Amino acid sequence: MTLAAAESIAISGASGAGKSQFLRALVDLDPHDGEMWLNGIAASSMDAMHWRRLVHYIPAESGWWAERVSDHLGSQARQALPEVGFSETILSREVRSLSSGERQRLALLRALEGAPQVLLLDEASANIDPENQLQFELLVKKEQQQRQMGVIWVTHDVRLAARVATRRLSFSRGTVDDDPAALLKANV
Amino acid sequence: MTLIPLTPWQLALAAVLLLILVMLSIPLRLQLGQQMVVAAVRTTVQLLLVGLVLEIIFGDISPLWILFMALFMVLAAGYEVHQRQHYRLTHGWGLGIGTGAMFISSFSITLIALTAILNHDPWYEPQYAIPLLGMLLGNTMNGISLGLDRLNSTVWQQRYQIEARLLMGHSANDAIGDIRRDSIRTGLIPIINSMAAAGIISLPGMMTGQILSGTSPMEAVKYQILIMFLIAAGTGYGTIAAVTLGSRRLFDDRQRLRLDRLRPTT
Repeated sequence: MTLAAAESIAISGASGAGKSQFLRALVDLDPHDGEMWLNGIAASSMDAMHWRRLVHYIPAESGWWAERVSDHLGSQARQALPEVGFSETILSREVRSLSSGERQRLALLRALEGAPQVLLLDEASANIDPENQLQFELLVKKEQQQRQMGVIWVTHDVRLAARVATRRLSFSRGTVDDDPAALLKANV
Repeated sequence: MTLIPLTPWQLALAAVLLLILVMLSIPLRLQLGQQMVVAAVRTTVQLLLVGLVLEIIFGDISPLWILFMALFMVLAAGYEVHQRQHYRLTHGWGLGIGTGAMFISSFSITLIALTAILNHDPWYEPQYAIPLLGMLLGNTMNGISLGLDRLNSTVWQQRYQIEARLLMGHSANDAIGDIRRDSIRTGLIPIINSMAAAGIISLPGMMTGQILSGTSPMEAVKYQILIMFLIAAGTGYGTIAAVTLGSRRLFDDRQRLRLDRLRPTT
């Protein structure tokens, strides 16, 4: 499949169809037999750490390694806190005291701070309350337009897919496209 | 001062104390009775066998025999380290790393002690070689297995935190750095504690053994200090080697966390 710059693909499909597996392979987190290209450059020719800065993945439950929120966010992400409905007071909170939805909104800020070219969202906003979910989507869209970031949303939510996606794929049907203008090409 | 030779009758008297404990465990429902009996029988049979082997080795000093016995002991210790892991590295890596670490911590340290520190002629004299190696194996094994177990189980429990760091573009080395340091510390803390407590809270076994057999307390103490230093150094080198190798094996060259290389035991 291919993903163009600033394109949004929504992937749906039954549980266990391999959607998460596919995204984890795209970010090179699990061993796989495929190959990915970003702007025509193969992932395998690139340092894995560099690849993961360009292609970022947010799982349904984001992981946090330090105690406080402030340990995870840089100055750019701190400035963007209001865009996902937070004030600066969140910075001194312990990550484990936050709700799953709150953590996901912060995970988006943390991800965007690295300025990825491709963002992979694996049910990343599913645990967020409806109002903040819209804010989450708006921020993704804004970054997408400003920086021509490509986004893949894996979601069961048909309305979410309708709001955000420029193209929709059902996962039972893998497509391979040879568009040379593609931002991300994958065959995994 | 001479040693009182123990008769089987005296050992049997000591066994009575253990039997009382076994009987006590029944109304308390500790479910340890059978295990305790098996362990007591094992300790008797294993020690008697090793006594027989040592009598033979002591009678005929051949470096080949001692080497053979030493290698057997190192392999057994490596196996024991592997067995103590709740999450084991697959494809022989767990066993390999455990045995390699025991080799570093005990075999090479004993060799250094015999040739460079004790300087006895011949250096392989079993009276020194076998007890030294045995002490080192028994004591460094604890630290190494604690360190490895801590590493593997923490990685298993904190896989999402580790993957979150990898996703942020951190290297495998950075992502596991804290866990690796913590695991090495876990392996080293017991020996640091026993060095600190030696002589005040506990009288170490080797020293008391030497004193029992008639050695002057000061000589026994010097040997005990020597052995403590060797154990601490061996535990440290062995744990660092085992945890470092183990943490490398948990990632591949694409900086991916490979939990498929760990198998939980039930």
